[in-house]
Amino acid sequence: MGNCTQTIRELDAFLDGELPTDVREHIHEHLNDCIDCLQAFDFEAELKQAIRRKCRNDELPPGLLGRIEMCFDEDFDGDGVIGPV
Amino acid sequence: MADQQDFADQAMEYAPQLYSAALRMTRNRADAEDLVQDAYLRAYRSFHTFQEGTNLRAWLYRILTNAYINKYRAKQRRPQESELGEIEDLYLYRRLGSMETAAASMSAEEQFLDLFTDDEVKQALEDLPDNFRLPVLLADVEGFAYKEIAEMLDIPIGTVMSRLHRGRKAMQRALYDYAEARGLTTTFDEKHTATHTD
Repeated sequence: MGNCTQTIRELDAFLDGELPTDVREHIHEHLNDCIDCLQAFDFEAELKQAIRRKCRNDELPPGLLGRIEMCFDEDFDGDGVIGPV
Repeated sequence: MADQQDFADQAMEYAPQLYSAALRMTRNRADAEDLVQDAYLRAYRSFHTFQEGTNLRAWLYRILTNAYINKYRAKQRRPQESELGEIEDLYLYRRLGSMETAAASMSAEEQFLDLFTDDEVKQALEDLPDNFRLPVLLADVEGFAYKEIAEMLDIPIGTVMSRLHRGRKAMQRALYDYAEARGLTTTFDEKHTATHTD
């Protein structure tokens, strides 16, 4: 079991799923034994989820999809061909 | 080569999430609409360079991010590169963590962090300076890997990690300020105390 300072230092990368398996396992072991770090990790994990939930729920303005699709039908580069070059 | 109809079929489903991301970037609806439209047009015109079988969503976000950096960021008056003051680790947890435990014991159903309104969380993110906001947006909201973010922003992975770390702490400080301004912190202290004295 590692110490708390080392564990907290890896918190971001752990929650972001960016740690190699062996380091992940070390952290799991520490969290099993250390309620203080476990609570901090849980809090940060919930915060991350809350940010995701609350920041990607904007309603698409009506008409935007139509305007985008309309663009696809125009000959932007003037070469007489509609569509990608 | 992927054709026009393929592009519409595969790419348009990402429009709602791209629009949300564009709003967090530009911070206003008119620019966000223009940005999404611009990104789709760029993507459409270079769809022949997209490698089938690779991640279309990441490819679209890369185009969106580039379009924002090249076109929209230039017209914003805020400084592009700025520093954040020193903020301790676990800033919000050290201040609200005990309340969360109290909230969990009062009502397991209610998510403590839902006490923050959507607008507060969006504002806290949007108030971050660009160089911190983009990594936090791409990692926390959009769920991209460090490597993907490094490619989108054209910065080293180590820089992605340090900006994420510092950007997140600054966001936590902003959220705490909202909680305090709304009297949330004192309300919870009282409730918590009341529960224990009953």
